[in-house]
Amino acid sequence: MHPILKLVAQRLSLGILLLFAASALLFGLTEILPGDAAQAQLGQSATPENLANLREEMGLNRPALTRYAEWIGGILTGDMGNALSNKLPIGEQIGKRLGATMFLAFWAALISVPVAILLGLVAVRYLNRWPDKVISGSTLAAISLPEFMIAYILIFVFAVKLGWAPSFANVPPDMRLLEKLHSISLPIAVLTMVVLAHMMRMTRAAILSVMQSAYIETAELKGLSSFEVIRRHAFPNAVAPIVNVVMINLAYLVVGVVVVETVFAYPGMGQYLVDAVVKRDVPVVLTSGIIFSAVYIILNMIADIVSILSNPRLRHPK
Amino acid sequence: MSNELKLLSTKVTAGTMTRREFMSKAAALGVTAAVASTMLADAAYAAGPVKGGTFRMGIQGGESTNSQDPATWSSDVPIAGGYVWGETLVYPGPNGLEPKVAESWEGSNEAKTWRFKIREGITFSNGAAVTAEDVLATMQRHSNEDSKSGALGIMKGIGSMRADGDVFELSLAVGNADLPFLMSDYHLIIQPNGGFDDPAAAIGTGLYTLETDEPGVRMTFKKNPNHWAANEMGHYDTVELIALNDATARTAALQSGQIDSMSRVEPKIAKLLGRAPNIELQTTSGRGHYVFIAHVDTAPFDNNELRLALKHALNRQEMVDKILQGFGSIGNDTPINEAYPLFDDTIPQRSFDLEKAAAHYKASGHDGSPIILRTADGAFPGAVDAAALFQQTCQAAGIPLEIKREPNDGYWDNVWNVQPYCASYWSGRPVQDQMYSSAYLSTADWNDTRWKRPEFDAMLLEARAELDEGKRKEIYSKMGRMLNEEGGVMVPMFNDFVDAISTEVQGWETNPNGAQMYWHAFAKTWKA
Repeated sequence: MHPILKLVAQRLSLGILLLFAASALLFGLTEILPGDAAQAQLGQSATPENLANLREEMGLNRPALTRYAEWIGGILTGDMGNALSNKLPIGEQIGKRLGATMFLAFWAALISVPVAILLGLVAVRYLNRWPDKVISGSTLAAISLPEFMIAYILIFVFAVKLGWAPSFANVPPDMRLLEKLHSISLPIAVLTMVVLAHMMRMTRAAILSVMQSAYIETAELKGLSSFEVIRRHAFPNAVAPIVNVVMINLAYLVVGVVVVETVFAYPGMGQYLVDAVVKRDVPVVLTSGIIFSAVYIILNMIADIVSILSNPRLRHPK
Repeated sequence: MSNELKLLSTKVTAGTMTRREFMSKAAALGVTAAVASTMLADAAYAAGPVKGGTFRMGIQGGESTNSQDPATWSSDVPIAGGYVWGETLVYPGPNGLEPKVAESWEGSNEAKTWRFKIREGITFSNGAAVTAEDVLATMQRHSNEDSKSGALGIMKGIGSMRADGDVFELSLAVGNADLPFLMSDYHLIIQPNGGFDDPAAAIGTGLYTLETDEPGVRMTFKKNPNHWAANEMGHYDTVELIALNDATARTAALQSGQIDSMSRVEPKIAKLLGRAPNIELQTTSGRGHYVFIAHVDTAPFDNNELRLALKHALNRQEMVDKILQGFGSIGNDTPINEAYPLFDDTIPQRSFDLEKAAAHYKASGHDGSPIILRTADGAFPGAVDAAALFQQTCQAAGIPLEIKREPNDGYWDNVWNVQPYCASYWSGRPVQDQMYSSAYLSTADWNDTRWKRPEFDAMLLEARAELDEGKRKEIYSKMGRMLNEEGGVMVPMFNDFVDAISTEVQGWETNPNGAQMYWHAFAKTWKA
């Protein structure tokens, strides 16, 4: 078998094991949390009778292990089941939510990744001169502000004062693509600003360390322009750490944007998971948790494979 | 000058002049913007409601776990949505109960039998006629032994129910003059066959029908042309309800014109927001109250001297000023205020008096061990700060109050109604009987102060069956005084509902039952 295929197979099977472990951990943690879905739903209007009836209907009286086994069984047969709280099919709800999250993450990534890498290259080219300082200074300032703060500032300026963009991101399914993009323009801007610095600094650092090498000096001596040196010789050798940090940020764009979703009332996965945790809707928490874990595992696997492909030494392990 | 302005304002309402033009002409005549926009509003009101358009509400309290099943409702967005697509038998309006599905109602047999006549010829949004059987089934779903409804607690006292032609009849073991108010509970939306077949179908008799529903995101509604009052109410073609849980997001959406109305303006920014152009603040004093509740059967709170010491150490005015920023009123250690019918305003107001507090504390003979008050941000907005203020005034009176901060998560399960002393919130009820029955009757599930006094229970039942309002008021006054003197409930303040609307929205009226004209802004307002 081709070593790369073998590696992918190994990683995939390990990933599936990890997913099982993650689901067990999630289930254990939600069980430890005080209260259950019935109490969370009734809140202050709970009486012993309606609480008991609701528990019975939600099946919360059965042992924890039975409920977990049932959920696992459902997932393995492709049936995610229904939410405890509103009885809507989880698969359908997650489909919509994940779609929305992916839509936002895709456009944020499409803008932020090339911009970050390009800015990193420019920063190296003009190392310690004003472009480098401006780029580093502004992106670090953006990452240092909490994201809700950036969001509020952008909303105040572009939605309230200038009226260029909507203050909350309303994306009904029947909306046209351009309208949707206009609707999510502020969230995209916030996410871009938040992830830019990390990727830009990593690109800069990775390329700088390669730039110290002897072969770069050779390239310079044979008369290549400095941008050409970076593009032809430094970047390919620096790609592994850059891909790693890009993947971490992509994962963040998918699973870590609950604050941005809340501020812009964007119907993504983060909000769905948080609501489910608050309402103790365990099947939803588990299914969302598994999807988040899968996103991390898959993106990390991609990062590893790209690093190996980009480095001949890793391609032929001893 | 004023004649000229009047003329101009009628031009605006007639559509021959824009609002902007009017404002600039008014400014040229030396009229301030505030006066000019009031004039415009008056002119619009006089011209009568304008039909058409979309009303967009930005509301806090929507989760992706929300369902359209009325039995599950406990947060604002589903409740508000329910009133758009559905109706209860009767609705607590600003001037008392308004008929909805029930056209009229009457009590007899010492308020033990109640007959609700179902409005003739009305249909559900699926076209089926509304019958007394549907009403009966609805009430059964919320009160039978399998009920999972949040309304089960208030349905307990009902003996038997039956449908009699076009009349829905209720019989009670003990008379209740306020029974129709119980039927106005937001859970009790009338559904076809009571919702037994499909509880979350959102089929009701409302002014609008549900078009799209994304839980925790938004709901959209379309006008129901077959509604019995379609000409008098529901002036908008469509209604949108948007869940905006973040206060800043709501405010920004209103400022940028993406919504027309928002609930829960933060007291901190309310005054600033009211000054913004094109935004109007609407405050409503209601029955909701922030409380510190002590179990009167648990040491050290079983000692009334200690409870009095704590009550005197509460600086109520400071809390209204600092926690509510003035958007509220001080409480008097009873859950009842002037927003209730039959309120007795002669009950003396408890004073903030550190000397009295110290004297009562001394008289209590408390051993000086810390008195633990549990609080969390989720108990009521500002509960942690309010507890800190309380602790400081207690300290000045020599009372060793200690604050224990609890997590918001699980507060209503593990702290409220469990721990002997904690911060909490009551949203109030339409009538005194219901408030007292919910939390101060010996047998009440939510008796969160463990207030169990046979003489109090007896007075409550006596008042319930009493049809003479003068006598009822007298009994309620006695009960209020008793709670004020001996109860475990300490009520520093009643909070106002603070809404903000676009100045385009006309016809706003306040309703002490809740925010957003108790969720009927969509039905009664229009856009100029």
